Amino acid sequence: MCIHLITKASERIKRYLFIFIPNGALSYQSGIINCRLMKLSNIFSRRNRILLRELVITDFKLRYQGSVLGYLWSLLKPLMLFAILYIVFVKFFKLGKEIEHYPVYLLLGIVMWTFFTEATAQGMSAIVARGDLIRKINFPKYIIVVSGTISALINLLLNLIIVFVFLIINGVDIRWSLLLLPINIAELYIFSLAIAFLLSAMFVKFRDISHIWEVVLQGAFYATPILYPVSMVVAVSPIAAKVLMLNPVAQIIQDARYNTVTHQTVTVNSLINNPFIAAIPYVLVLLSILWASWYFKKSQKYFAENV
Amino acid sequence: MSENEPAVVVKDLYKTFKLPHEQHSGLKQHVVNIFSGNKGYEIQKVLSDVSFEIKKGEFFGIVGRNGSGKSTLLKLLAGIYVPDKGLVQVNGSLTPFIELGVGFNPELTGRENVFMNGALLGFSRKEMEDMYDDIVQFSEIEKFMDQKLKNYSSGMQVRLAFSIAIRARSDILLIDEVLAVGDAAFQQKCYRYFDELKKANRTIILVSHDMSAIKQFCDRAILISNGKVILDGKPGDVAVEYERLNYDKEVNTEDSSVGKVDKRVTLSTLNPKGKNVDTFEYNTGITLKVEWTDEYKVGAVGFLIYKNQELIFATNSFSYGEFLDKREACLNLKLDLGNGRYNVRVGLFGQEGRHDFLGMFDDKTIVIYNQPQKDKQGNEYEGVLLLDNEWIS
Repeated sequence: MCIHLITKASERIKRYLFIFIPNGALSYQSGIINCRLMKLSNIFSRRNRILLRELVITDFKLRYQGSVLGYLWSLLKPLMLFAILYIVFVKFFKLGKEIEHYPVYLLLGIVMWTFFTEATAQGMSAIVARGDLIRKINFPKYIIVVSGTISALINLLLNLIIVFVFLIINGVDIRWSLLLLPINIAELYIFSLAIAFLLSAMFVKFRDISHIWEVVLQGAFYATPILYPVSMVVAVSPIAAKVLMLNPVAQIIQDARYNTVTHQTVTVNSLINNPFIAAIPYVLVLLSILWASWYFKKSQKYFAENV
Repeated sequence: MSENEPAVVVKDLYKTFKLPHEQHSGLKQHVVNIFSGNKGYEIQKVLSDVSFEIKKGEFFGIVGRNGSGKSTLLKLLAGIYVPDKGLVQVNGSLTPFIELGVGFNPELTGRENVFMNGALLGFSRKEMEDMYDDIVQFSEIEKFMDQKLKNYSSGMQVRLAFSIAIRARSDILLIDEVLAVGDAAFQQKCYRYFDELKKANRTIILVSHDMSAIKQFCDRAILISNGKVILDGKPGDVAVEYERLNYDKEVNTEDSSVGKVDKRVTLSTLNPKGKNVDTFEYNTGITLKVEWTDEYKVGAVGFLIYKNQELIFATNSFSYGEFLDKREACLNLKLDLGNGRYNVRVGLFGQEGRHDFLGMFDDKTIVIYNQPQKDKQGNEYEGVLLLDNEWIS
């Protein structure tokens, strides 16, 4: 039931996102656009919704099939990662002592980063993994990528429930700014989707992408202030800290922590005074989704031949 | 939509594929190719200049040998591929199914697969629930619906897929090689379904190797060879031409040793209008004509008709007379032989009579079609010969 509602809500978001992507079903018409077909686009979008839903459900069923704990694993995995990082970095290396509720702060960052890696990795391989479908059926290809990212989104929402439990256990003050968290999540989702579009389209032609992306993610994990507080970087080099914060994922995670956990969090706005420079991460997100949609739309025509 | 409007218009369609020379999905290979000037692929023309129209309510067949481009054509119609040049216009909704059971997942149960497959056809969960019982009943595998698909036999999978696929409500249906799978009983089910579709006046595009299905159901068919439409017409004619194409390939590879290829002797098969053709309608006249140059002194001529290397009929001119000062000989025959391919050969004899055999020349394949399915008494029959028959009780 819960999954059902979440799927529905995110589908709705998706529809707004894709207004600028004309219906894929029409794109094979070379030259002439048939007006009659345009009217059918309503039906197509209904079909797409049905398909998206089934794909997400199937994904979810298959992922933990045969495992005893099943869905619980989507909760357990980030929790275990959190336990490891907490013991290593907070207990041994004594990071984040100056930040209140650091464990929750850390957990939120890990949960959001996990979503980012999951959504991009699943989105990337989505087209290739469903190659059999693409070779035999004509339907808007973006649905497959979206369905991959939605399963990750469902995981994120489940994980956020755990984060809230921790928030309460740790006695964090619940502030009004918490209401801004959905906006941060939406921004993160859009950025992840943009990257998933780019990678999935490239992955059809260059299978090296998956290895490259694995390494990039590994590096980005350390280049993003997830484990360590930004203040640590500022102490060494303020310039480096500013550059670091221009990364949209860093900006989003810090904003989310600011809104949810503690106002001690360093955000782009508090670190960079020039509003134009501080706007860079947001602009990057916007540009990336536009560019990725354009690129995906351009290359999807040949997926069936190349996949 | 008006009634006379075509359901599908295909105009000047071109499609080429880039065939990579080797495994070419790596970045390294790509870079190497850029520097070495090696394009890394070959251009293969799959379809060139294909045009046809399909009317509303027509049962349309697409026939062709393997690799002729017919599946590519189907994928272009379904919008899976994008044409290089030309137009594919589809008026109305079209079932995107090229194959049965697309999207079936072996790890899911039969029940879950029904819903997934239904979603690909555009049915919501609610709609699928309403028709679920019918689908299960039709597929005759009630007991197994909660088992994983990987435990199904291939026949069960096909039955399930077919039961879902026939629920499609679209205006145009694409069907590719469905009949190639399943046992006789299942094929009967398919045929009955086709009959229903035909009665309901749906537009259907059927791709098949099974000429009897093409002839039985299609109103019109096209034959594709090497990416071109070489015949657009009645299913019977298309079937005959298809058989002939298949046969040509065989002759070229295996059979050339039988008749000597000698440019000085030519064999032609003339229809009643005097045209040299190789397809003949059942029970029409045929004139076998052999011509030779004056390097040969021919005393007598023999004509032989074979089917699958078995002699069907042979005759010679020894009692008729000599052809010594002539350059040709003709024989009129009435062709009441059954549908299929036959080989015509000619043997020449010299002046010295029966022992002066000059050899067998030329080997020509003719195809006979349009044999009636019933004899004069109305009994159904088939085969090479119509034998006198009478039922007694």
